[in-house]
Amino acid sequence: MTEDAGNGLPGLHRVQIWLNDPGNWSGSEGMLARLGEHIEYTAVIIALAVLVAVPLGTAIGSTGRGTVAAAAAANALRAVPTLGLLVLLIVVVSPRVSIGAGIPGIIPSGGIPYFLPALLVLLILAVPPILTSTYAGIQAIDPAVRDAARGSGMTALHAAIRIELPCAIPVVMSGIRSATLQVIANLTVAAYAPLVGGLGRFIVDGDQNLSDPRFGYPAMIAAGLGIAALVVATDGALKALQRQISSPGIRIRPSKRPS
Amino acid sequence: MNSLWSYLQANHAQLGRWTVATLWLSTAPLVTGLVAAVPVGWLASRNRVAALILLGGTGALYTVPSLVMFLTLPGLLGTRILDPINVAVALTIYSVALLTRTVTGALSAVPADVTGAATAVGYNRFQLLIAVQLPVALPVIAAGVRAAAVANVSLVSVASIIGTAQLGQLFVIGTNTGSLTPIVLGLLLFVALALVIDLAIVATARILTPWRQAATR
Repeated sequence: MTEDAGNGLPGLHRVQIWLNDPGNWSGSEGMLARLGEHIEYTAVIIALAVLVAVPLGTAIGSTGRGTVAAAAAANALRAVPTLGLLVLLIVVVSPRVSIGAGIPGIIPSGGIPYFLPALLVLLILAVPPILTSTYAGIQAIDPAVRDAARGSGMTALHAAIRIELPCAIPVVMSGIRSATLQVIANLTVAAYAPLVGGLGRFIVDGDQNLSDPRFGYPAMIAAGLGIAALVVATDGALKALQRQISSPGIRIRPSKRPS
Repeated sequence: MNSLWSYLQANHAQLGRWTVATLWLSTAPLVTGLVAAVPVGWLASRNRVAALILLGGTGALYTVPSLVMFLTLPGLLGTRILDPINVAVALTIYSVALLTRTVTGALSAVPADVTGAATAVGYNRFQLLIAVQLPVALPVIAAGVRAAAVANVSLVSVASIIGTAQLGQLFVIGTNTGSLTPIVLGLLLFVALALVIDLAIVATARILTPWRQAATR
């Protein structure tokens, strides 16, 4: 290596050279394809997490049952290292799943045994923030609102879906936003599972040959920049979505976030 | 269970070194981060513009994925990629980011009549912060420190992907050999470590706020 930063790594100026090379952007293993995968995975995982966490959180919030258990579970899960859980599932689950096929365009053939652990770990990461924000948001609703809904003849289920959940949208969305950022960040860790794509591939694979100007350190940093850009763009988009789907009546409500 | 025990016995020297490294890597940044977050949070709690800039900046830092942070620092600092200092610096940045928010909120939540009374009896700003605001805000700050500690311990394990020597190596070894024992041992040690650090913070906070026990007695 001629351009050495004194630590055996290609210097950071190499990143710009890497980014300026169109060959690094195109193709099925280029930056754009990996960015697309990163977005696809994030969307699928967050959609699944919302499907699990929002109904469950609504039930917990409006009945008041299970709050302690949900909070304790969410706290305990935070102490479990993501990487440890991922490798545990890779060793336990992957050899037992014998699906050779893939899903064209999303999962390469033979990839499903490794996608399942990654999916599970990221779901475990994404569900707690959405769950806690959903029940906290619903519990923070003025009791008079709930009484009014029930008093006008709504059933408990009807009130939960039509009144309580819409009122809690700003708080629920803050949970979804933090879960999304977590998933985008931790997809880099999930790339430790073989065949799982996304921008994390550059980082985990680059570590095998750090001094390589094409696939090594410069590619890792370029992927890091891509992730940072994705985080900023996604957070902005979700904030806009939050404004869109919040009813005008609650938009100016001072946020009562659980502290 | 048996294989866990024999693995422990066979590798106790290595495991001891890794445990010390993990403990050091997760707690030293926490202490440094707290020391830095107090003046920064104090400034943010006193000035709206400073709050906007400082909380926005530290919030942005917190969204940088840990793996990316561990990798970028060698390029910026000129350190070697396996140098544990990269992990320590990264976790210090995260701790400062998380705790600045906590300290700002905790100091802002100190009742105005308390600070007003202290000012009236002649405390200057510095005395007010050290002798009144910080002690009153301590339980809230301690809660933030606990959250940061748990996050730090978990983030240390991620650094093993790039190869730093600490307990996360158990996960790498387990994956490479397809063996469950080191992975389960690693999970147990990480959770135990998080628990020990958490208890230490709770105990410290209790010792530092004796009046809270007196009030509930």
